[in-house]
Amino acid sequence: MIYTASPFAVGIFFAVVAAVLGISFYFGRKTTSAKGYFAAGGNIHWSVNGIAFAGDYLSAASFLGICGMIAFSGFDGFLYSIGYLAGWVVALFVVAEPLKRLGKFTFADALDSKFGSRGIRLMAAISTLVVSIFYLIPQMVGAGALVTPLLGLPHWVGVTLVGGIVIFIVTTAGMKSTTYVQFLKGALLMVFSLLLVFLVIGKGINLEPSENYHDFITLQAELTDDSVTSVSDPAYTIVGEYSKNDLRFVKLEKDGISNWWKLETETCTLTEALTIVTLTDGAVLYNGAPREEQLFFPVGSMHEITVDGEQVESVSGLNAISFLAVIQESEVVRFIADVFTSGDERVRIWYQEVTPGNEILSPGLKFHIDEGSTFADKLNFISLMLALFFGTAALPHVLIRYYTVSTPAAARKSTIVAISAIGFFYILTLYMGLGAMISGVLDVESSNMSAPLLSQSFGTLMFACISAIAFATVLGTVSGLIVASSGAVAHDFIDRFLGKKLTDHKKVIAGKFAAVGTGIIAILLGIAFKGMNVAYLVGLAFAIAASANLPSILMLLFWKKTTSKGIAASIATGIVLAVGLILLSPSMFVRYGLEASAAPLPLDNPGIISIPLSFAVLIIVSLMTGKKDQPQEEKALIS
Amino acid sequence: MDHGPTTEYHECDELLKYKQKAGLQLFFIYSGIYGIFVLLNTLFPSMMESVIFFGLNLAIVYGFGLIITAILLGLVYNNRCTRMEKRLDTGGIKTEGGKE
Repeated sequence: MIYTASPFAVGIFFAVVAAVLGISFYFGRKTTSAKGYFAAGGNIHWSVNGIAFAGDYLSAASFLGICGMIAFSGFDGFLYSIGYLAGWVVALFVVAEPLKRLGKFTFADALDSKFGSRGIRLMAAISTLVVSIFYLIPQMVGAGALVTPLLGLPHWVGVTLVGGIVIFIVTTAGMKSTTYVQFLKGALLMVFSLLLVFLVIGKGINLEPSENYHDFITLQAELTDDSVTSVSDPAYTIVGEYSKNDLRFVKLEKDGISNWWKLETETCTLTEALTIVTLTDGAVLYNGAPREEQLFFPVGSMHEITVDGEQVESVSGLNAISFLAVIQESEVVRFIADVFTSGDERVRIWYQEVTPGNEILSPGLKFHIDEGSTFADKLNFISLMLALFFGTAALPHVLIRYYTVSTPAAARKSTIVAISAIGFFYILTLYMGLGAMISGVLDVESSNMSAPLLSQSFGTLMFACISAIAFATVLGTVSGLIVASSGAVAHDFIDRFLGKKLTDHKKVIAGKFAAVGTGIIAILLGIAFKGMNVAYLVGLAFAIAASANLPSILMLLFWKKTTSKGIAASIATGIVLAVGLILLSPSMFVRYGLEASAAPLPLDNPGIISIPLSFAVLIIVSLMTGKKDQPQEEKALIS
Repeated sequence: MDHGPTTEYHECDELLKYKQKAGLQLFFIYSGIYGIFVLLNTLFPSMMESVIFFGLNLAIVYGFGLIITAILLGLVYNNRCTRMEKRLDTGGIKTEGGKE
């Protein structure tokens, strides 16, 4: 799609960015100590911390990624919302208060509180960096996706802009400014998402999603000897045909423009599709013409609307329940992606598929767990849900927020505020995603843009506000991740592992250098991973966190025989296995330009293998090293 | 510089044990509900299409239910912990610069 920047939207965007920078300047002057820089002084009020938790956690993956996945795959996208929220239960009931009691700046403080082990420090610092970088990639991809429609700038500019601003925020004032940026953004995100949902439900459901919606044509085809020989409109000429498994595509030409259509063999009809064709000379055609011709349309509409068993043109006066009930009874037109090569053309095609509402609102459109699925498909799904459940409580940027409040009770209360705010927001994602699905706004090239494009259908003001908030969303989360990374390098690695014994001031300086380094890495990776769904990418970060960190945290809290070597070995196992399995996964093989089937393992999410193995390694190594590796206080008692 | 907490406070063993037990109880309850949801989706996906009430299917009702249950259990946990903290008069005590 071609996006044009609106001066009004640009103005609102820069106002939000200016507010964020203003907060950083204000707190920057007050932050001088390591405690202030890494833990915001440890005196943030629990209610502010709770909303900041939400602002930290509701990242690009939640707002852009989940809404996009729901818009393209229905309920399967909402499963991410459910899993992300469920993970907070582990954080609240098991991790929040004990971690607050044991730690100071980073979660490594808590892990190492009983042992004083350099091995734990090193592994925890590496784990924090790996998880943070995997989590940073989708945030940066989301930033790039946002800036294109908002400012009319290329993806890489958006990524660099976010990286630059965040490096500034973190290096000026650390956790204090990050907290208030996250608080502001969390509150704005929830208010404007609620407003957007009111608008979606209030608008009702129509067969024609908007006045400008492209009328996708259906032609009658005549088949002779299983080949298309003519179509009902004589203006079209048949110029090609391609078959792939059960799919058949026909290339038609009209007025010098040729494009691929999908053949429905049962009804002998051809339905119009969207295509991006790359020719051998490198030229790219959008629906048969250069991009500037604007023939590549936004999509997403109802096919039939059924209310109480009767088909209607539109329905209004809906509420939160009847909106879902109408979609459940009706049919939606989705656009399914495929790729093939025909002659000297590489074709990316999105063809129409009418999908019943009961399939939209139940599992199976993205995750192949319905009839015909394999054991590996089901294992993949369980693996993802396991990683989402156990990942939240092991994310370094979430864990450091327990050190910004004064007491374990405050840590608990702020977690409950976070769960309430985040849970409420995740319910809204279903309505925003479904609203985008049927409003004729979807850009098939970027599922991440679904929510901002939905807001655009309600006017420039709404689009400007939602986009600016989405951008602030990325800023807030990236700031938290970079603070976590900077703490891992300055506090865990340089101060604790290398034993440099930095002064308070030097530790802050080291943290700022680390923030700049992490920010630059994030910018480069954000450019490299352009186009991938951000919720999927965050799912991988969850899997690494759940594999590397959670077994150590849980076993330290609940198993007395845990040793420092067991913890270090478990973190190393979790990182290596999770990252290794991700690099060998079918999705990554597609990213390498290979066939998904060539991947040695059918799993896209490694959690189901790496989490239990990380636990097993911790138990085995702890049992093997138990007598030699006692906690510090026990050693003291013996001597 | 040590690696103890940023602020000092004291909680007695009885309170710590109570909170841990309450947390684990609620964690296992929620894990069970979540586990059943994942298994139903995996093993009986067609069951999730069944309309339960007000035209909403099991998938949506269960999904919303999981989110709302997490919030409710969180409130129950906080209520139990706060009552015990008040009874033992130790929760949230601070000695250095922090405020609760």
